[in-house]
Amino acid sequence: MTSTPISGPVAQKGKKLDTTKVRQAHVTGWILLGLAVLAAVVFGAGSEGTATFRLSRPNDPWALPDLLIPAAAFNYLVAAVLAFLGVRQFLRGGLRWTSLSLGLGMALAVAAFLVWATAGKGFSLTGMLQATVVAAVPITLGGLAGVLSERVGVVNIAIEGMLLAGAFTGALLGSLVGGIGGLVAAVVIGGMFGFILAALVVTYRVDQIIAGVVINLFVLGVTSYVSSQVYSEHRFLNNAPIFSPIRIPVLADLPVLGPMLFQQNLFVYGAIVMVAVATYYLFHTRMGLRARSVGEHPRAADTLGINVYRTRYINVTVAGMVAGFGGAWFTLGSVGRFDENMTNGLGYIGLAAMIFGRWHPVGALMAALIFGFANSLQQKLALLNTPIPSEFLAMAPYIATIVLVAGVVGRARAPAADGEAYVKE
Amino acid sequence: MSGNKRQTDGMYESLLRRAAPDRTAWEDLVVVPIFAVVVALLLGAVAMLATNVDLATVGRSYVALVSGSVGSFNAISETLTSAIPLTLAGLGIALGFRAGMFNIGAEGQLLIGGMAAVITGFSLPGLPMIVHVPLVLLVGALAGGLYAAIAGWLRAATGAHEVISTIMLNLIAYRLVDYLLRLDFIQREGRSDPISKSVLESAELPRLLTWLDPNLRLHAGVFLMIGAVIFIHWLLFKTRLGFEFRASGENPEAARYAGMRAGLVIVLAMGLAGALAGLAGANQVSGVLGRASPGFSAGIGFDAIAVALLGRSHPWGVLLAGLLFGALEAGGRQMQVDAGVSIDLIGIIQALIIVFIAAPLLVRALFPWGFSKARPSAKE
Repeated sequence: MTSTPISGPVAQKGKKLDTTKVRQAHVTGWILLGLAVLAAVVFGAGSEGTATFRLSRPNDPWALPDLLIPAAAFNYLVAAVLAFLGVRQFLRGGLRWTSLSLGLGMALAVAAFLVWATAGKGFSLTGMLQATVVAAVPITLGGLAGVLSERVGVVNIAIEGMLLAGAFTGALLGSLVGGIGGLVAAVVIGGMFGFILAALVVTYRVDQIIAGVVINLFVLGVTSYVSSQVYSEHRFLNNAPIFSPIRIPVLADLPVLGPMLFQQNLFVYGAIVMVAVATYYLFHTRMGLRARSVGEHPRAADTLGINVYRTRYINVTVAGMVAGFGGAWFTLGSVGRFDENMTNGLGYIGLAAMIFGRWHPVGALMAALIFGFANSLQQKLALLNTPIPSEFLAMAPYIATIVLVAGVVGRARAPAADGEAYVKE
Repeated sequence: MSGNKRQTDGMYESLLRRAAPDRTAWEDLVVVPIFAVVVALLLGAVAMLATNVDLATVGRSYVALVSGSVGSFNAISETLTSAIPLTLAGLGIALGFRAGMFNIGAEGQLLIGGMAAVITGFSLPGLPMIVHVPLVLLVGALAGGLYAAIAGWLRAATGAHEVISTIMLNLIAYRLVDYLLRLDFIQREGRSDPISKSVLESAELPRLLTWLDPNLRLHAGVFLMIGAVIFIHWLLFKTRLGFEFRASGENPEAARYAGMRAGLVIVLAMGLAGALAGLAGANQVSGVLGRASPGFSAGIGFDAIAVALLGRSHPWGVLLAGLLFGALEAGGRQMQVDAGVSIDLIGIIQALIIVFIAAPLLVRALFPWGFSKARPSAKE
């Protein structure tokens, strides 16, 4: 990671780094030019009439007028901007804004696609954004759980299992003692699995990935076993109440933002608060600094008198509690009932969101919003009858993620001691 | 850096062990696994009792577990049939681990390999079996390998984390299979649900034991499995490429300074891992299923991660782990039929076995008797 100050190799290395950067800038340029062609030839030439985006619902107090966009003209404009951004990559100074250009280009391409799909029809933008936020909740919380434990140097593959355990416990206890009880139990169980993960990797020095995979297998086994063995006969055990949305006065009436952020249920507010608290904790408190030092260089931290083992135990347990809360969303926050393997890999997407977000809570939130957006886009677009097979629409976000990770986040660095057991001397 | 010191310690330790396998090594290799299986089964019984299954049924289900996995020709045939794809895909993941990469993408590679194999299997009539079967397997391996090589290439060229790209490639593969299965060219005639045409008879891996009983499903894939284990063992431990894989996995910096081609190693290791997973997929469609349907991978790609971990990323270890998991699966099916206990119990038992085997320290702490107290100091 650190280069030694020897003139020859460093100069050579610097030069080589530059060529990589140039190549990356050029690749980005080609991608942007490709998107420009796509926007012009397919989306521009292929759209007629006006795309109507509804921003308000009928009985909103402060109604905004519908957004009317002349489809073809808008898409040609987007194509022009994309072409400009693309060409810029090859000119002098093109290296400086590579990531930003790529991000902006992707966003513009999505906008052009939406306008093309909506041309001549109407589409509720607010509804989609609201669905985006909802879909992002479990991914955000999963990603946050990942951030919290990987920042202290514990790789957390077990997010999936912790989410599933939270969902299961939420449904079971929610059915027996009510929503709040279920939520608390889900958080406790999530924390318990966090503690187990910490015990396995810190005290018993099991390989971190093995420990995570084991927890996932175990939780999947137990929850599937109970739901097929017990729930089929005793249905009342799997019939939990659902948390209803809480309107925040005044703010909930804001157009677009109101339905998106201020008419949601507990889980959405909880996720936002947790991201804020985690960011403050990790980057603005002494405890957070200590936690991060444990993840970067445990021996140095130990030498300074930080208890590496205790720090790892605490942070990984808290990560588990966050994931347990996120898991409860699946049952108490959305359908009120547990199904086998209902997290369906979202924990792994949370893991991807964490890496995509560069091991930062806010980054994980942003990445989760992108995944959530893609998810809701795909669902809403089914209503619009586009000629593209829905499977390809469903694939698009994942392909975009690969492109973005390769182009933008490629050089993101995990905490230095991530995945290493620490043995006190 | 502390890592380097640890590395040297580990090297000395393993050298010493090879020179004189002491009692601890023997305990780790033999006693701990047996212990793990027994304790996991006991805890499985506790789980059954906790969910209101009476003691007699618990007994019956374990009898069924044994008889369904090794109790008859049919049981052994089922165990081996289930073990084949697990071992093949597990070998791929183990290879990735050896080269320092975590390939979560076996599931997707298996799907893509299986799809390619099924297309080859039904679209080329008139080929003799001796050509068609190897062709199907080859195409499956190639497709899986190329699909995985995408993740390897991305890692080598741009540094994109392989965990993220293989997860994304899995999700893409699910959608791609859903799409392909609805194409006229692939979908079975007269069906509206997504299901592929059946592979031709000339493309089916021949069944081996039909002369004993026409219902025995064991097929020629079992030779493929053993061949793959031997091949990967040879590749990893007897060839220069294998040495480069292992060196890059143990210490990428050192490998690079020694002049090894880091990028090439990554792409090749990933491609080979994908080829093995693709082979597992081809093996499933050509030996067991005869066609493809959504989710025909049935989670094998994820179970294979557990198999690779359990086998400690050693080819022969992976084979044993694959056989164990295959036995549990076959026995679990019997258990569900005979005792009415859900096969999901097997998932719990598998997880417990892995945790006990992966954590010898935990086993020693839980059961202090029966193990020698003295341990090599390097482990401390």
